[in-house]
Amino acid sequence: MAGAVAQGDVFVRVAARRRRSSLTRSRIRSAWLFIAPSLIILALIAGWPLARTIWFSFTDANLNNLSDYEFIGFENYLANYDGEWLGLLTDPDWWQSVWNTVWFTLVSVSIETVLGIIVALILNATFPGRGLMRAIILIPWAIPTIVSAKMWNWMLHDQFGVINDMLLRAGLIAAPMTWTANADTALWAAVAVDVWKHTSFMALLILAALQMLPQDIYEAAKVDGVSPTRVFFRITLPLIKPALLVAVIFRSLDALRVFDLIYVLTSNSRDTASMSIYARQQLVDFQEVGLGSAASTLIFLIIALIVVITLAAGRVRLGEDPR
Amino acid sequence: MKVLSRIGFWLLVIAIGLFALFPLYYAIISSFRSGSALFTTAYLPERFDPTNYIAVFDRQPFGQNILNSIIVAGTVVAISLGLGMTAAYAFGRIAFRGRALLLMTILAVSMFPQVAVLSGMFELIRSLGLYNTLPGLILANLMLTLPFTIWVLTTFMRELPKEIEEAAFVDGATPWIVVRRVFLPLMAPAAVTTGLLAFIVSWNEFLFALTFTLTNERRTVPPAIALMTGSTAYELPWGTIMAASVIVTVPIIVLVLVFQRKIVAGLTAGAVKG
Repeated sequence: MAGAVAQGDVFVRVAARRRRSSLTRSRIRSAWLFIAPSLIILALIAGWPLARTIWFSFTDANLNNLSDYEFIGFENYLANYDGEWLGLLTDPDWWQSVWNTVWFTLVSVSIETVLGIIVALILNATFPGRGLMRAIILIPWAIPTIVSAKMWNWMLHDQFGVINDMLLRAGLIAAPMTWTANADTALWAAVAVDVWKHTSFMALLILAALQMLPQDIYEAAKVDGVSPTRVFFRITLPLIKPALLVAVIFRSLDALRVFDLIYVLTSNSRDTASMSIYARQQLVDFQEVGLGSAASTLIFLIIALIVVITLAAGRVRLGEDPR
Repeated sequence: MKVLSRIGFWLLVIAIGLFALFPLYYAIISSFRSGSALFTTAYLPERFDPTNYIAVFDRQPFGQNILNSIIVAGTVVAISLGLGMTAAYAFGRIAFRGRALLLMTILAVSMFPQVAVLSGMFELIRSLGLYNTLPGLILANLMLTLPFTIWVLTTFMRELPKEIEEAAFVDGATPWIVVRRVFLPLMAPAAVTTGLLAFIVSWNEFLFALTFTLTNERRTVPPAIALMTGSTAYELPWGTIMAASVIVTVPIIVLVLVFQRKIVAGLTAGAVKG
């Protein structure tokens, strides 16, 4: 009698498990069905073009006729013709564009980080008009990059620009400057526009982190009479560091692929070209699909390398510090 | 001391506000000045001369450019949200093998430098016969919007309580019905946020639009503004360019101000929680 009850119990349980697992299986099947369209589209418009770009970088393809090309190995990157080294890696213009991009990224992201922290701290305080302020700083972020570049181009105009006018009136410069045409100042102009446009993104990410901080630490620090600067460097900064790192990485990856801002602001000049501008110029203006693809591939590898390094570094740090 | 730091605080607030707003303000007052008036610097609006606004539509197919941008961005948003929502349901609610790896791959795609796919994308678009067409731009822009749409919607999807769908499944609903009847209504706010971000990305996109279109009639707004030329090759028509800039910026700013909170939530969802 008791055995029969137990047996019946087992039957019920096995049946339940079977039902659950068939439900799980059907859910997993539907999961793949739901993901499939996105995966197919991404493979078609991201995976395939990337693979083709890498392949083209080993060919002498030309934009005029993309179906007629030959495999030439690494010659787009580096080749030796009668003792003379040729190819992308020997092109001073390429290295200039690499240096421009790296310099632009380092300078603009550093400034954006410092300003972003300041803006976030301000927005984290309670004051009348805080919501309005948050909306105002979002405006530069929402303006299309081309439009920002044109607006600043006009403000930085050598003859009629308002910035020259302001600086002249303030007595900071003696004569109008050609900000965007001069190689020395053009990249600084690009940094200024980038800072103007992207500081709000940085500030909003940092603000989100600030708002998740526990308030009791601050009350304790206040009770103990710790100075605000000490509170910032000893409490706030360490606590928001993870979010800060994420924001810095996002911005850096974005800045490394800069194209439209510099392209429009400095009217496509060789001295200020970024890596992306160089690659597109080879590809479209000079029709050299092979060489342009080689540059594209290198850009992809540089960015991929940075992503892998930061991911690895993040994991290592997480492993050391259980916080 | 306290008063002094109060004053310093407000000066800082005002400085940030001025820095953020001045370029737009200056573009607006410049757009209402034309001819030789532009060759003097003015800090305050003096008069409202609509010449530039008429010239924008007169000298180039700018109305068509705006329409192109709306068609491209609108279609991109619709496709991204449709595909993104179903994919996010699978990623956010169903545990299956390879899920984390796939999500990482999709995140990696959103970090692709656009230029890395440029020649391959050029070949793809040309072989599909989509060069210099709007569908070609839509296809290319999906590469930019679809990955982060999936990513952000997945973070939102994960936050919904588990009991909701369990109740539906117990009642015998299929996964498709659960997505449509249970999650779609709950995800509406997240969809608005993500859709807005995707719209802004597509509306602002320049590199693909510049490379995959040839004629002025097929261009979207960013390359149209970037390539605007004046009556002479030497002097750019700054007044017209500023007018065009104001025309395409104002709708975006209105969107941003209306949906400010949602946009901030979307921007931070991908980064902070993910």
